[in-house]
Amino acid sequence: MTQGADLLRIEDLTVSFAMFGGALDAVRGASLRVLPGKVTALVGESGSGKSVISQAVMGILPNMAKAGGRILFNDPALGTGPVDLLSLPRDGETIRTLRGNRMGMIFQEPMTSLSPLHTIGNQIGESLALHKGATKAEQRERTEDMLSLVGFPDPKRAIDMYPFELSGGMRQRAMIAMALICGPSLLIADEPTTALDVTIQAQILHLLRGLQQQFDMAMLLITHDLGVVANMADEVVVIYHGEIMEAGPVDAIFRRPSHPYLKGLMAAVPHFDMKPGERLKALREVPVKADILLGRTMPATKPKAPAASPLGRDDVLLSVRGLTKTYTTRKSGWFGKGETRAMRAVDDVGFDIRRGECLGLVGESGCGKTTVSKILMRAVTPDAGSVTLNSQDGPIDMLAARGSALDRLRTRVQMVFQDPVSSLSPRMTVQNILAEPLEIHRRGNAESRREAAKALLKAIGLDKRHLNRYPHSFSGGQRQRIGIARALALGPELLICDEPVSALDVSVQAQILNLLKDLQAELGLTYLFISHNLAVVDYMADRIAVMCAGRIVELAPRERLMRAPVHPYTKALLAAVPFPDLDRPLDFTLLSKGGAASQKRWAKAFSSEGEEGALKKVEVAEGHWVLARQNADATEICA
Amino acid sequence: MTMLLPEPGAPLAHYVSDKPFDPMSIEAMTQKQSDIYEASQLRLMWWKFKKHRIALASLFFLAVAYAMIAVVEFLAPYNLQTRNVENIYAPPQAVHLFHEGSLVGPFVYGRTMTLDMATLRRVYTEDRNRIEPLRFFCRGDSYRFWGLFEADRHLVCPAEGGTFFLFGTDRLGRDVLSRMFYGARISLTIGLLGVTMAFVLGIVIGGLAGYHGGLFDLIVQRVIEVLQSIPSIPLWMALAAIMPVTWSPIVIYLGITCILGLLDWTGLARAVRSKLLALREEDYVLAAQLMGAKPARIIGRHLVPGFLSHLIASATMSIPAMILGETALSFLGLGLRPPITSWGILLTEARSVSVIAFYPWLLIPTIPVVLVILAFNFLGDGLRDAADPYK
Repeated sequence: MTQGADLLRIEDLTVSFAMFGGALDAVRGASLRVLPGKVTALVGESGSGKSVISQAVMGILPNMAKAGGRILFNDPALGTGPVDLLSLPRDGETIRTLRGNRMGMIFQEPMTSLSPLHTIGNQIGESLALHKGATKAEQRERTEDMLSLVGFPDPKRAIDMYPFELSGGMRQRAMIAMALICGPSLLIADEPTTALDVTIQAQILHLLRGLQQQFDMAMLLITHDLGVVANMADEVVVIYHGEIMEAGPVDAIFRRPSHPYLKGLMAAVPHFDMKPGERLKALREVPVKADILLGRTMPATKPKAPAASPLGRDDVLLSVRGLTKTYTTRKSGWFGKGETRAMRAVDDVGFDIRRGECLGLVGESGCGKTTVSKILMRAVTPDAGSVTLNSQDGPIDMLAARGSALDRLRTRVQMVFQDPVSSLSPRMTVQNILAEPLEIHRRGNAESRREAAKALLKAIGLDKRHLNRYPHSFSGGQRQRIGIARALALGPELLICDEPVSALDVSVQAQILNLLKDLQAELGLTYLFISHNLAVVDYMADRIAVMCAGRIVELAPRERLMRAPVHPYTKALLAAVPFPDLDRPLDFTLLSKGGAASQKRWAKAFSSEGEEGALKKVEVAEGHWVLARQNADATEICA
Repeated sequence: MTMLLPEPGAPLAHYVSDKPFDPMSIEAMTQKQSDIYEASQLRLMWWKFKKHRIALASLFFLAVAYAMIAVVEFLAPYNLQTRNVENIYAPPQAVHLFHEGSLVGPFVYGRTMTLDMATLRRVYTEDRNRIEPLRFFCRGDSYRFWGLFEADRHLVCPAEGGTFFLFGTDRLGRDVLSRMFYGARISLTIGLLGVTMAFVLGIVIGGLAGYHGGLFDLIVQRVIEVLQSIPSIPLWMALAAIMPVTWSPIVIYLGITCILGLLDWTGLARAVRSKLLALREEDYVLAAQLMGAKPARIIGRHLVPGFLSHLIASATMSIPAMILGETALSFLGLGLRPPITSWGILLTEARSVSVIAFYPWLLIPTIPVVLVILAFNFLGDGLRDAADPYK
């Protein structure tokens, strides 16, 4: 490694796209550099141009993009001095020898970035064959080495597996192996962990950090998560709307943030040290004017102050008991007789939600939390269990409701979806989207529905000019707000929020969370808030239930769960959240390799060891339940 | 001020941009952008469609063609059944403007017919001295316009006592050009009626199969497979044979349309089904279900609008198949029967090789068939490109 040289030096880069409505300047005069063997983090919201910069470096900008400036790549291993990547002919010989060889890239979405029709060994070995001219045997050997390096427990078997046989985290590991197989001097990681669960994210970050130091490789890390930045970066560049707002060593950025944008970003991240009642500062705060909704949609109940309810035991709005759902998958054989395998998605789940409170439901993907929400919405029928909604107009058995009772249920319980893009009909105007629930339930006439849509739009801080626009013209945060307004149209009592902010940027996330909080306070709503992000749940919820492999393993009031978690799974989840704070780095030693959900690493008191019904709910403190062995004593549990 | 990078390898200074932070700047947009955002699906499609030149020209051509079939009586120089016994198998007459160097205006030369006694062929010789100037907006054969009132105005007619056969005449001495105009009325509309029928059947059957799945889907899929595996010409023959000979020609015409429509919905139903299967998984469909919407509403309001533009494009592409189907059926003598006249009926005149060898102008009705089919294909191509304006 030569000292005193930048491996990658981007000088005054401009990228603009020729669009339908005139040119769009995605990057405006950005300059940054990556030192050899160091990590530069590029931080910004979506749409800030950070991915465009990575595309420009790799020479994979879309055809309609126009780029200016210089991107100098000075790889000592090539010995040719700096190469201006922008001046190279597109898909020409030179850029192709660099791409995948000296520069590797990891994409955000591990589910779609691997070819489904080739084994991972095949895909990883391909770049070896292309760049190093390796023989089949060499390819196999080096691929196996690489797979074991990125943490595949059995590389000899993994090399012949297809992507669909691997989990998201394992695919991302395979992707990293593919990017690193040729030993590049620069790795571009474009949101490498955004699509992953926190515990997997921590593992992948640990892996990336380790490999980066082992190979003395430079990394351009693109992310919107300041917590990831604090744990990974040496230098940080903050980009907003195509322009660099602040840049510097990681120390300066986190200890002395100076630009209002960066300060705003930092204030928008929920963290565990927030005092009760402390409010996030969203970059773009949305004024809530929900009072106009009160008279119309809500039956006359006084909205409760959210702090008043947590210990009131009796006023239970939703009561869930013994919910069980089993999915059977059939391995199809050639002659129709396949073996059936049962997968318990939801296993004896029970909880109460009190009127006016927010119950958080936390767990990694695949733990069954979305199935629970779908059962509650009657989109999935459970095998066993009961759900009762103590609505203002009498209790409803939610699982048995038919006909008019079901219609009534639909007006009492509504849902906010995760994906703001797919949850709004693309061919309907906002006006139609908001008026539709009223139309279905035959409320009012066309004129009153129009007024209702206006009021809803106002309640979520959008203007009535937006009524005639189509969803495609709104940003993710705005769409999510429209989704919330639609859920509120019928005046529900219970709102199920299924990961409402996990598809959004941090800056927008704070806005939506605050909006949901304000609406809850003003309309007296009750929330079931589902998320995989503990920090978000911590900000929103009064009580938190932790779900793992279909079961609720711990349920406690928010403060108690955060301060004194008992279950090993909860502890693992808490340990895996990255903080945007240099003094609290992730403790990678706490991470277990097999995933936090594997019972093997749990203390004996929490493990069922294959016994059916061995685990029972144990109350360790008032309102704090843990799933543990019944005969285990309290000291063993709380150890 | 933009950021200045330090010398290569030097430590990075803490740089802070002096630009103020405007949180709304990424949401601000130009007037033109907000126009696009407020534009409806149809508008966006039109903006994109306009860029496809050939499709635009095809659209214009088809619009003119369809406008013309409303007024064929006026456009055609002769009536559908007018026989000119003096001019049997007369070749096309050329239109001239100049006679021996001097401008006369559009005219045709008169001609005389002799019978070649060796081959029994009628031989027409042009008489350069007889100038028969064409008349415009003139009185000619009388007709009942739209069956409402008597009229005898024509766009163009021959000189008094003269003839004007631009595309020649057939074995009964009927003007081919006039008959092509009248034939267009049937041939162009049979495609539309058939496609509308296939469209409705395809959306309803495919929509139900895609949305409900299960046993209904299974049955529909098998029925489609069976229908698609039957050789089409024998099936047409069988269906055409069902129609009683005693039916009036206009009922036969409707019957043929139904047959074409009944056989064509399968492809469309499959397309609808697969689209629905994909769209059904979208969250907005779940959202509508959770609001309590009934299946009919979900299919009609949420799912079909999502790919209606694609359907229209594919329907446009299938009109040519209808037109060709009718032409083929009629040519085989299974479809329409005289006195109903379509382009297929006109081509039945040219069924034997000897006729084509002696009277090649009887094949001229294939030209509009080719043009119309090409135009529909280009139009469908342009519509399909425009159907996804968000790309």
